[in-house]
Amino acid sequence: MTSGSIRHHGIRRAFTTLTIGALALFGGAAQANPHSWQLNLTRGASTWSPVPYHLNNISLAVCTVIGLLVFGAMFVAMFRFRKSRGAVAEKWSHNTMVEVVWTTIPVLILITLAWLATTGVTSWADTTGSQMTVKVTGYQWKWRYDYVDYMGKPVAKVGFMSKLDQQSDDTRQLDSGMDPYAVKVGDENTYLLNVDKPLVVPVDTKIRFVITSGDVIHSWWVPATGWKIDAIPGIVNSAWANFTTPGTYRGQCAELCGQDHGFMPIVVVVKSKADFATWLAAQEAASGAPAAAPQTAQVAAPAPVPAGGQG
Amino acid sequence: MSYAATHDQHDDHHGAPKSFFQRWCMSTNHKDIGTLYLVFALTMFFIGGSFAMGIRAELFKPGLQLMQPYFFNELTTMHALVMIFGAIMPAFVGLGNWMIPLMVGAPDMALPRMNNLSFWILPFAFILMLSTLFLPGGGPAGGWTMYPPLSLQSNSLAYVVFAIHLMGISSIMGAINIIATILNMRAPGMDLMKMPVFVWSWLITAFLLIAVMPALAGAVTMLLTDKYFGTNFFNPGGGGDPVLYQHIFWFFGHPEVYIMILPAFGIISEIVPTFARKPIFGYKAMVFAIACIAFLSFIVWAHHMFAVGLPLGAEIFFMYATMLISVPTGVKVFNWVATMWGGSMTFETPMLFSIAFIILFTIGGFSGLMMALVPADFQYHDTYFIVAHFHYVLVTGALFAIIAAAYYWMPKWTGNMYSEFWGKVHFWNSVIWVNVLFFPQHFLGLAGMPRRIPDYNVAFANFNMISSIGGFLFGASQLIFIGVLIHCVFFSKKKATDRVWEGAKGLEWTVPSPAPYHTFELPPVVRDEELAHGHVND
Repeated sequence: MTSGSIRHHGIRRAFTTLTIGALALFGGAAQANPHSWQLNLTRGASTWSPVPYHLNNISLAVCTVIGLLVFGAMFVAMFRFRKSRGAVAEKWSHNTMVEVVWTTIPVLILITLAWLATTGVTSWADTTGSQMTVKVTGYQWKWRYDYVDYMGKPVAKVGFMSKLDQQSDDTRQLDSGMDPYAVKVGDENTYLLNVDKPLVVPVDTKIRFVITSGDVIHSWWVPATGWKIDAIPGIVNSAWANFTTPGTYRGQCAELCGQDHGFMPIVVVVKSKADFATWLAAQEAASGAPAAAPQTAQVAAPAPVPAGGQG
Repeated sequence: MSYAATHDQHDDHHGAPKSFFQRWCMSTNHKDIGTLYLVFALTMFFIGGSFAMGIRAELFKPGLQLMQPYFFNELTTMHALVMIFGAIMPAFVGLGNWMIPLMVGAPDMALPRMNNLSFWILPFAFILMLSTLFLPGGGPAGGWTMYPPLSLQSNSLAYVVFAIHLMGISSIMGAINIIATILNMRAPGMDLMKMPVFVWSWLITAFLLIAVMPALAGAVTMLLTDKYFGTNFFNPGGGGDPVLYQHIFWFFGHPEVYIMILPAFGIISEIVPTFARKPIFGYKAMVFAIACIAFLSFIVWAHHMFAVGLPLGAEIFFMYATMLISVPTGVKVFNWVATMWGGSMTFETPMLFSIAFIILFTIGGFSGLMMALVPADFQYHDTYFIVAHFHYVLVTGALFAIIAAAYYWMPKWTGNMYSEFWGKVHFWNSVIWVNVLFFPQHFLGLAGMPRRIPDYNVAFANFNMISSIGGFLFGASQLIFIGVLIHCVFFSKKKATDRVWEGAKGLEWTVPSPAPYHTFELPPVVRDEELAHGHVND
């Protein structure tokens, strides 16, 4: 393993992205995919995704202010009331007024935060008025996407499996001797964040995702949507996203689902409505021919793998 | 007495049995059993810590270098199970065993033989569980939460379930013992509202244990019958529901996290007044806050499940209930600061760990409040942000409190002073490296790194490397602790006084150092001004 060169490369790359990252972080630039030295949540790329972003920033700010006050008071106490400075201990151990104040003020802060969060989750839960439905099914260790309807019309036989891309899969094998930094699409490193066949959806469309699983529990998470939701066998969950910007958005399975839990990424390609219509028509035409082996059938639970077994 | 005089058991009334087996395996003495618990917890801390070192080594840089993903999953699962059930919980039981009788003026625990049994179950439970790592099927790899259907794919499920049953029995017996001791064995004059806060915190914790350990036992038993006896509790194919398991598990699991922190609150409430030389601020509020947190812990479990697709009403209810917990927790933090205010402080090692506890546990509390907000939790859930959060409350929270307690009471246990210099070396190394270890994990989670993954995109490389370096050095720093312990027990020349600390108050400091094998054979006289919280009626 040429670890020396890898590290050098990584550090150089890190420094170049550091500046960009720091600017993007608070400048509000839309960087929906993870980047080196990223410090904060993404603002995302959907109509709802700023909700968790802002809530995160507001609650962090509130906590920081409280923390500075409390820890500040503590450090003042630690400085002023040291025995080595001749401080003599006082005897009081109670003050009703102070206690009432520091119980009441947090309650008021909490009510404000609760109001913001309640509004946010209520809008998240409203999947009505969606213009498109995609069914997402988790498997060990890949995703399946089935297009159910689009603009009020059912979509015929468009569905496919989506699994880790070959280059990442080769690189991630133990002792592969391959460099994770070399897994790239264009300029972007896509190691473990790329798939063979991404989910393609249109921009500016309220898309309802119905999410379930064929074996164990998975969780479908694309940070650009602002949410994740579990894919659970026997249960159909639903959530929605309305992407505001065309682009490629990456995510990962977020619920431990076995040995290759870390190797079932999610890629959503958001296209303009016209491009999407073209893409969908091509998919529908292609699926007209009977498929050789329906991939939906593979749901068998995999045999348990012994410790140290090949992944 | 004539019987005792003619019987060789007579010696036991004065000192410990000479035979190693008699003394340690057959012990009914709360101090010896407390020591056993503490030594066991320390051993488990290093075993669980070695798993953590393995995890951090694999995560040092992108790409798999050391282990297959399945083994990585075994490490994360075992790390959690060993640390929670093997290190943190037994350490608190050990501290309770040692100190509760001394603090309430009782000669021993109320049920000494059961005390022996509840300890000696534990080594067997953990041998059973750890042995799975060496068996052909491998250890449990579905996470310590053991969510079905994934956990049902494991070949070692039966071992783990049986081990958890044993741990549960041990915990419940320990809890019964503590409740029986506190409610029945207090010295005259030691009213409930005069008890040290540590004793209060353990009384409440013991009720939590009795309430929720059966729920865990039930949940894992259902896993067992689902796998081996054809039931369908959690199998949707047979009309079951995988989410049912999560509800039952977290009905145990959330009170469980308070089981791991309430005694820590008690410890900090003992140490801060001692080194501030000032009574604890708002004793009644402190006790009431613990009780409040314990009650709330039963109605917040689904905040672990915001992403499973709960109904909107449930999401909102559990969000509000969870946010409420920050009020009594905030009161505790404010009261500790107010205890320091106007005091006369010195900063020996126990106080340093307590101050670090207050700051770093509060940081863990802040991230806890942030993730109570459902929309934000949709992003945080199952990421490294969560990992950072619960390590702040459990490592710099529970563990720091345990270490603080060990330094605080070690002179009483051994009769010797530990090395203050090496104690401080241990403290500064711990507090610096633990932050290097866990603080960057907040950023990783926010940037989108899921938890429980053995490999990651290069965007997460920098903070993972920093975190791993912090992890190795934090792990190495704990070896200093072993050195301090061995020195204190066997080599320290500096004898401890009975009072040990200038500002120490409470019955445990009225007995000699080291505490004799039997204490308070006659109930002590309790004087209000001798108690840590002073006169509570003013």
